Amino acid sequence: MAGKVVLHYFNGRGRMESIRWLLTVAEVEFDEVHLTTRDQLKQLLSDGDLMFQQVPMVEIDGMKLIQTKAILNYIAEKYNLHGKDLKDRVMINMYSEGVMDLMEMIMMLPFIPDPKPKLANIEAKATERYLPVFEKVLSGQIYLVGGKISVADVLLFECTLMLEEKFAGILGDFRNVKAFQGRMTRIPAIDEFLKPGSKRKPQPDDQYVKTIMEVLDIKSLP
Amino acid sequence: MAGKVVLHYINGRGRMESIRWLLTVAEVEFDEVHLTTRDQLKQLLSDGDLMFQQVPMVEIDGMKLIQTKAILNYIAEKYNLHGKDLKDRVMINMYSEGVMDLMEMIMLLPFTKDPKPKLANIEAKATERYLPVFEKVLSGQIYLVGGKVSVADVLLLECTLMLEEKFAGILGDFRNVKAFQGRMTRIPAIDEFLKPGSKRKPQPDDQYVKTVMEVFDLKSLPF
Repeated sequence: MAGKVVLHYFNGRGRMESIRWLLTVAEVEFDEVHLTTRDQLKQLLSDGDLMFQQVPMVEIDGMKLIQTKAILNYIAEKYNLHGKDLKDRVMINMYSEGVMDLMEMIMMLPFIPDPKPKLANIEAKATERYLPVFEKVLSGQIYLVGGKISVADVLLFECTLMLEEKFAGILGDFRNVKAFQGRMTRIPAIDEFLKPGSKRKPQPDDQYVKTIMEVLDIKSLP
Repeated sequence: MAGKVVLHYINGRGRMESIRWLLTVAEVEFDEVHLTTRDQLKQLLSDGDLMFQQVPMVEIDGMKLIQTKAILNYIAEKYNLHGKDLKDRVMINMYSEGVMDLMEMIMLLPFTKDPKPKLANIEAKATERYLPVFEKVLSGQIYLVGGKVSVADVLLLECTLMLEEKFAGILGDFRNVKAFQGRMTRIPAIDEFLKPGSKRKPQPDDQYVKTVMEVFDLKSLPF
């Protein structure tokens, strides 16, 4: 059933941004419904639209999908961004999970009372644990796995941009990753997504944090 | 390449237990190497055996797999526990991710400074957010998805057992889930796994916590 893809989330990156990226690379158009009030969330809940009472939720192909990774896997498989066989798939999944762990650390920053030590930890993990792996893999390789673009490439690309927003020169010692980033940027759909006015969301600001705390009824930074 | 499957982890449940469960249901034999000292971890690291310097790590089919979900997906796909098509697969993944979120809350309890409010939160989430979903799905259904056992069923079973260890009568209001649990425990491989002497790990104790803190050089409870 070819209805429109609709994303339900806050008007910001959070856990939905990777899904926006993947849909963009898959060249799938989508609309968004932004949660701005607690009553809106209560409506979604009472309508039974959120399986585990959580967002992100993505309406696609007649279903209301939840759980970021389930959604990413669905899009990746449907649009051939998940490898040609089981061996490719496990490599893609390992890289993706690692990158998502790192992006989640960045995602949590606006909700942490004392972000400075966490920022330092993120930079250390990025430069000591994650980037060296991809620097090595991308030596003499266009994409991470199987010679074709996959969800792992999309997530790594998203991650490199997020890292540079926090630590400007962080890819200085990772030339293969920087070159990879350049190649990915030249993909037409990505090039469009990076322009002003696209569906790409900006970095979280005070308004974003305020909205989330209100909608989810969080009394103080967790 | 049919070598032996080898699990590398601490001698306890943690993030490896779901993998032990899935291998068991898939009827795949495995050995274990238990991390007991920081030096052992350092050896694995310097040997380059851990892609992101982390365990779980599973040696299987000539690879050294890491990241719990990547490992579970590999085993599920290889042994036909991941649904017959994309639609089944996304249902399995949604259920699995939800159940794993709940199990992770329980997993982190021994590393929490003040577990009491967390325990209360887990019980609330289980009875208000997760169990009602499965209670409804399992009404008149043997398995969660597609009429055959999948990784989602294995994870839900594991989760129900963990919940009952913390909250004895918690399935009292969830009769379909309780019946599902009964059906799953009668699967021969699971029945064996639940007997003493199997590779199933016991609940975490002080020794487990101590070993984890030592091997990963944690100075104090992290949560």
